[in-house]
Amino acid sequence: MTAEQIFFLLTAAVILIAALMVVTVRKLLHAALWLVLVLFGVAVLYAILQANFLAVVQLVVYIGAIAILFIFADMLTRRDLRDRPGQTRFNWWVAALLGLAIFVGLLSALLSVPNVNRTPAALPTDTDLVAALGTALVSPQGYVLPFEVASVLLLAALIGAVYLAGVNKKS
Amino acid sequence: MSIPLSWYLVLAAALFCIGLYGVLVRKNAIAILLGVELMLNAVNINLVAFWRYLDPAQMAGQAFAVIVFAVAAAEVAVGLALIISVYRRRKTVVADEIDLMKW
Repeated sequence: MTAEQIFFLLTAAVILIAALMVVTVRKLLHAALWLVLVLFGVAVLYAILQANFLAVVQLVVYIGAIAILFIFADMLTRRDLRDRPGQTRFNWWVAALLGLAIFVGLLSALLSVPNVNRTPAALPTDTDLVAALGTALVSPQGYVLPFEVASVLLLAALIGAVYLAGVNKKS
Repeated sequence: MSIPLSWYLVLAAALFCIGLYGVLVRKNAIAILLGVELMLNAVNINLVAFWRYLDPAQMAGQAFAVIVFAVAAAEVAVGLALIISVYRRRKTVVADEIDLMKW
């Protein structure tokens, strides 16, 4: 066990425990705060994997925007479920069994990946990884088409969200 | 000794299944979206881990992780807007009670 492995295991334990709290905790606001912890743990994983840009984006976009959006949505729709007894369905054990079965299935599929215990490939020393990602996202030989499609999707979602959540004066 | 690839894959599979459990079991529509976020993060861990372990010179894994970020943001924005709109009209966020189109 090296220090890096111990650090990874600690992060993984935090992520999994926080994820379990997200799906089981009773108060939705607390679930959203546990989600922040999960997202932070995933950002730490990106940093371990030397995906620096993604670690920062994870912090800014996920924790800074998406988690806050959840907290706001929860606050805007409160006093609804708080007085009810159960937050989960009565047949939750079916879902638990299904999740467990899919986990076992995924595990057997993933562990059949060739050379699954490989160690990280050597990083290219002559290029800056963030610069390479930026070039790949906008170069025609790279991923400019998926990138543009994603930006159009984001714009459409933005307009749709404003239209849906805005007060419709006609009705 | 560094971390083997399989550790990331097992962690991502566990996170995905926890998110799936949350999606299936929660009554509150916002809590269902929280589960979807967990699943998307699990996918992203896999993408970045495969990028790092297979070929870091190819940016495919990171590029698609960025696109998953954008899709997740779009999904949350539209989903929460729908939930707030439904709440305004029907005063509920319980997925079972939003059954206007169910027969």
